[in-house]
Amino acid sequence: MEAASLPAALELAAGGGAGLSPEKRAVLGASLLLLQRDYRFERVWFWGCIQGVRGAYYIAEGLGPDRAAPRSRLYSLNCVEWSLLPPATEEMVAQAEQLKGRFQGDPSFEYEHIEINAEDAERLFEDGKEPTIKEEARLVATIEQIDRAVGIIPRGAFVKTPLGSVHENRNFEGLSLTEAKKLSSYFHFTEPFNLKNKTLLEKADLDPSTDFLDSLEHDIPQGSWTVHLEKGDTVVVLRSLLWLGLTFYHVPMTKQYGYVYFGTGEKNFDLPFML
Amino acid sequence: ERAHGPYQPHEPGYGLHQPGHSPYDDQIPDPKSRMLAIQNAKAYLLKSSTTSGLNLYDHLANMLTKILDEQPTNAVDIIENISKDVKWAQFQKKMDTLRDEHEILPTFEAAEKRKALFLKENGEGDEELEEEIGETPLPNVMETAFYFEQAGIGLSKDESYHIFLALKKLISVQPIQTCRFWGKILGLDMNYIIAEVQYHEGEEEEETEEEEVIEEGGKRRAEVEDEDEEKEEEDEPPKSTYKPPPVIPKEENGTGANKYVYFVCNEPGKPWVKLPPVTPAQIVCARKIKKFFTGRLDAPVVSFPPFPGNEANYLRAQIARISAGTHISPIGFYQLAEEEGDEEEEGGGGRDTYEENPDFQPLSVVEMVDSLSTWVHHVQNILKQGRCVWLNPFQKSEEEEEDEEEEKAEEPDELQQEIGPPLLTPLSEDEGIQNIPAWTAQPSTNLIPQYAVAILQSNRWPGAYAFASGKKFDNIYFGWGHKYSPENHTPALPLPVQAEYPSGPEITETRDPTLEEELAFKAAKEEALAAAEEEDDEEDVEDDEEEDD
Repeated sequence: MEAASLPAALELAAGGGAGLSPEKRAVLGASLLLLQRDYRFERVWFWGCIQGVRGAYYIAEGLGPDRAAPRSRLYSLNCVEWSLLPPATEEMVAQAEQLKGRFQGDPSFEYEHIEINAEDAERLFEDGKEPTIKEEARLVATIEQIDRAVGIIPRGAFVKTPLGSVHENRNFEGLSLTEAKKLSSYFHFTEPFNLKNKTLLEKADLDPSTDFLDSLEHDIPQGSWTVHLEKGDTVVVLRSLLWLGLTFYHVPMTKQYGYVYFGTGEKNFDLPFML
Repeated sequence: ERAHGPYQPHEPGYGLHQPGHSPYDDQIPDPKSRMLAIQNAKAYLLKSSTTSGLNLYDHLANMLTKILDEQPTNAVDIIENISKDVKWAQFQKKMDTLRDEHEILPTFEAAEKRKALFLKENGEGDEELEEEIGETPLPNVMETAFYFEQAGIGLSKDESYHIFLALKKLISVQPIQTCRFWGKILGLDMNYIIAEVQYHEGEEEEETEEEEVIEEGGKRRAEVEDEDEEKEEEDEPPKSTYKPPPVIPKEENGTGANKYVYFVCNEPGKPWVKLPPVTPAQIVCARKIKKFFTGRLDAPVVSFPPFPGNEANYLRAQIARISAGTHISPIGFYQLAEEEGDEEEEGGGGRDTYEENPDFQPLSVVEMVDSLSTWVHHVQNILKQGRCVWLNPFQKSEEEEEDEEEEKAEEPDELQQEIGPPLLTPLSEDEGIQNIPAWTAQPSTNLIPQYAVAILQSNRWPGAYAFASGKKFDNIYFGWGHKYSPENHTPALPLPVQAEYPSGPEITETRDPTLEEELAFKAAKEEALAAAEEEDDEEDVEDDEEEDD
């Protein structure tokens, strides 16, 4: 969610019982602005909070001029001091996927006994170390996974310019109530996978400036998103069942939207059994 | 040389490279030809489009008017969008010939319902007001919400207030002694808001009457069926000898897992629905399945092992499990009530009543957070059987303890009596999951420790929270209603296939006799036959001889 609209947004996304204490809210207002100044971000998003066993990580993302470029991610344990996270690599993501269980809450904690490729194993054994992965890397990989899988925006909120960069659409006035209830009005804000697989008929209806991302319609398994109208049908709230804790809110016919994650940072592998 | 004469103002190429003429020659123009050019250009712009009936002149005029009125930044970058908007507005106007019906959005109905919560019921006099201000079972939801908010837990203030009013409505309708906002469980289509309630004593008898009526109706139906069966004299397929394990009866209302009654509603403003009491079979099954709630109480729960009930029962079972696992209080707040009776008569069930300790001295927040032994469970643990008090299903209902001991020796199935931790056990006894402790304790703020609140989060039931601050404490649940398990959920495997029939000698296959055995058997048979014939012949001969005489 946008740092500028944080207080209002937290009220709208609080249906699941998770939020921030007044202390954190107050300090975020100031520290996110300072982040914007220090790192020269154009936009700062408060991404959410991952609960560890002994502490919690608060995550912020910074965007540059091209909103679709890889975002810089920062974490903090107390919302005051922020540290930049390294960019996520495929290797990190692959290793982190094998880890199970909660986050510990300590960024330097090392997980042991992970399996990696034979080549890497040989390399590491030469050094005499057992394969370990630090919690910081797991954090980076988890945030990347969540963003890739369930980071969503409403259709039309971003436009792609002919030069290829992505900007906010100044003409976006919000989805209408009927549109807001449909899953096809929301896109994954990440590299599209299925766009090329659409039939020619479907492609003909697409507007290349706004429809350049995958919609939620074809997410597997079907039903992995719940769509609720809350606060007397004035806010549309989407919750992901694959990553429990991801909440997306949008007030129809206004420009307010955003998503935030409050959870333990674990994928819900039992989803097919639970539906 | 050019064959073309001097260029006229309206011809393309006018003013360009012309020997003897420079582009600036027409600054002192021939007024007539210039006016003609302007008129031609304007006439071209005013030409209506054959497809849409618009013309470029009007469109450009509208667009520029709009731009000048609104003065957007970087107008040149969004000029196409502005043009599209202006065209769109054109089309809208044409529809004005039809009367616009005021759109009745569904939001309006929802707003009506919410407004109804805020209206005071009519007919209240001053007496009612006094009653309200006196002791009321209504909990102070906003106060609890404030404490939880210090930890970042809780719903938005609007929603909390709506729930507050909805609880007030519940209390005015039902005869309730104590009431508490238990929490919110999220679902696929709708969510559940849950209130934990205790009736006044004596108000619950209505339910048991209903249940008896249902049972009698069932008996009558069973009798009718028996009669029908007797009439049929045909051969029936063999009846199965499967005896299902005995059904463990549910606990009485007001005790054990059914100590509290729960009401749910989907949204504040909608009517409250009472959840049925929970049976041990439901709890046992709920432990094996993991399903999302849909939000409709009558939805079936499709699972394996098949859940005995619908979503209302599953919800009630999960609420019972969550309450038993995560409802905690600071040590010393509750104390065990003094019992007059003999402990032996309870059959080892343990004490299940507690009362508030009038001499409670609250511990400091630092102490509450540092050690888990300063918190205790005040809800009875649910045993594996599904009840809080263990019941041997094989015993007859009116047995005394002495008879029980004798019979236990005789029964083939010996069920071990299950014992759980007694009431008011401290949290330090709670097992963690792998290397994660069962609870995470934190103060709400490190910056202002004087006014911090101790917050506990459960790791076994993610979403269960408890706070304590001085003499105040409370528990709450916000979540999807499932237990945490680091391993993936493995559904129960189906039972092994039952033996269809007992295998005895009459149906066991025997080996077919070989050729030699058959021949030998045949030969033996023939010998016996021949021997028998000889005897017959002799008898016949004797008979004949007798007849002759």
